[in-house]
Amino acid sequence: MAELNLVEAVNHALAYEMEHDPAVLVLGEDVGVNGGVFRATVGLQARFGPARVLDTPLAETAIAGTAIGMAAMGLKPVAEIQFSGFIYPTIDHIVNHASRLRNRTRGRLSCPMVLRTPSGGGIHAPEHHSENPEALFTNVPGLRVVVPSSPQRAYGLLLAAIRDPDPVVFLEPTRLYRLFKQEVADDGEALPLDVCFTLRAGNDITLVSWGATLQEVQAAADLLAAEGVMAEVLDVATLKPLDMETILESVTRTGRCVIVHEAAQTGGFGAEIAAGLAEHGLYSLLAPVRRVAAYDVVVPLARLESQYLPSVERIVDAVRKTMEAS
Amino acid sequence: MTSVSQFQVDFTRFLDPQGEALAPLPDFAQDPAVLLPLYRAMHLTRIFDSKAIALQRTGKLGTFASALGQEAVGVGVASAMAGEDVLVPSYRDHGAQFLRGVKMEEVLLYWGGDESGSNYAGPRSDFPVCVPIATQVCHAAGAAYAFKLREEARVAVCFLGDGATSKGDFYEGLNFAAAWQAPMVVIINNNQWAISVPRERQTAARTLAQKAIAAGIEGVQVDGNDIVAVRHAAQQALDKARDGGGPAVIEAISYRLGDHTTADDATRYRDAEAVEKQWAFEPILRLRNYLLRLEAWDAKREEQLVKECTEAVNAAVEAYLATPPPPVTAMFDQLFATLPPAMQAQLDTALRFENKQGGGHG
Repeated sequence: MAELNLVEAVNHALAYEMEHDPAVLVLGEDVGVNGGVFRATVGLQARFGPARVLDTPLAETAIAGTAIGMAAMGLKPVAEIQFSGFIYPTIDHIVNHASRLRNRTRGRLSCPMVLRTPSGGGIHAPEHHSENPEALFTNVPGLRVVVPSSPQRAYGLLLAAIRDPDPVVFLEPTRLYRLFKQEVADDGEALPLDVCFTLRAGNDITLVSWGATLQEVQAAADLLAAEGVMAEVLDVATLKPLDMETILESVTRTGRCVIVHEAAQTGGFGAEIAAGLAEHGLYSLLAPVRRVAAYDVVVPLARLESQYLPSVERIVDAVRKTMEAS
Repeated sequence: MTSVSQFQVDFTRFLDPQGEALAPLPDFAQDPAVLLPLYRAMHLTRIFDSKAIALQRTGKLGTFASALGQEAVGVGVASAMAGEDVLVPSYRDHGAQFLRGVKMEEVLLYWGGDESGSNYAGPRSDFPVCVPIATQVCHAAGAAYAFKLREEARVAVCFLGDGATSKGDFYEGLNFAAAWQAPMVVIINNNQWAISVPRERQTAARTLAQKAIAAGIEGVQVDGNDIVAVRHAAQQALDKARDGGGPAVIEAISYRLGDHTTADDATRYRDAEAVEKQWAFEPILRLRNYLLRLEAWDAKREEQLVKECTEAVNAAVEAYLATPPPPVTAMFDQLFATLPPAMQAQLDTALRFENKQGGGHG
């Protein structure tokens, strides 16, 4: 078993699936010879050839649009958008076509594609490189939105996303790409989509998060444990469709919930989870549900970035307030 | 200074409006056995359009986009396609779709508000009509790439209008297909109008065909009212693409004799007299004039053909009107391959309220 960081796990998942399914191909800007600007596709073109690892012209709209045409004709394209801030030109194609091709043809055609992009801040990148567009996609019917939080999860969830018969937006937390390594068995075993994973058991409060902010959530849970507050930590992993059952089951036990995410607060996905708790778990709650999210501000450039991203301190503060309220 | 690039755009017309040959005709154009089915298909499209508009006016069909005056573009191109090719249509291309095997009642079902109208029983791989302008060019480029990757002798044939050539998707799709040398043929149905905006305000480019040249693709113009020219150009482009020669763009010059859709009123923005003059150039009349010259046609056969097409359209209308509305579950059952458990509660709600909702929703 190899020790892999998250970007290497993405690379291994792509290689495994390309090796085992000739319908899988990779396309995007600089994904071929250069192996991707983050090296997610490194070595794939040498191994599988330029016809299956396509350096496309520099146009995100057509990367998404041609992937749809390929998918409709039986291929399984994995399209890379180089940075999350450049994903917006794809939205017409993802919303108007990828997510609805199956429905509008009554299942005659479908769109088994994956749109991968590095997402979120924390690496002091230039402007337009630190956005977290998850909530734009979670509002789109017919799409899956998946966010891995570790190398193991990136490997298993990406395999599942490629094998899924419907379109998946796969948002890879940029700052986790090389943050840590994990043992990842390159055995082609996919993880299930549409389910939350329990990362840590506890009975005092449920901390719900996904992607990069699980780092801060786990660190906060460690600090809280030292104070005697035992937090349960859930990794949502697939934002849409949402496994609300697992969240409700946990909150029913703990009676408290703090939701943490890196995207802006208003209309963010945390609101959907909070609404689900209000609708189905209100009588289990001992305190109001709190959200720790990015402020509703434009993603700042590097100097203010650390104050923008949800911090361990903000999470601990929210948990303490929640504990005090009950 | 040296010139590093020059281009020209050729225009082809074989038949003048009186049906007289202006140039030596391609072989197929001398064979009534080839031409008569095209003539029928154009008639069928026009009669279908007329009936569809009547249905809309009487509340039996939703908004509909007629192909009036542009029948030669769809029919001419589709008649040159092979069955295994794939049509990537816009919303005005039912003339092409009928030749591909799409049923008239399917087209009516779609415009009548039922997604099952895009579940074509005939051409299973053809794309459904594309409403967001020009996006289909990118889909066609991707489809063409799939054919090339799998070494299949198939071509993706994409239709769009003159207004669509102003969109980035048009150029991006062309550029990708050319960079990949993928088998894609793009047909610009230049009917002179993008709703109310005339061709001359759409672009300063002298032709729309020349937009292909920036992507490294040959662009040609044909008289879109001359089905011989349309079919001939399409056949050449298809053959070349199928043989690995890469994509092609054909600008077919036609005229939108009707409104943009049934929701439009073209008298608000264009002169009725100018439209009236265009009727002299329309494609059915032109082919009829030529067939009369060939002595392959007469008034009796015309009458018989109109009768037969009208009956076929009426039968399709009956089948459409007899189709019950889909159950509420149809909104859910093809959203994903398998409905996620997270959506079960919403489906249950929809079932609980099925056909129990009051007014306000049409």
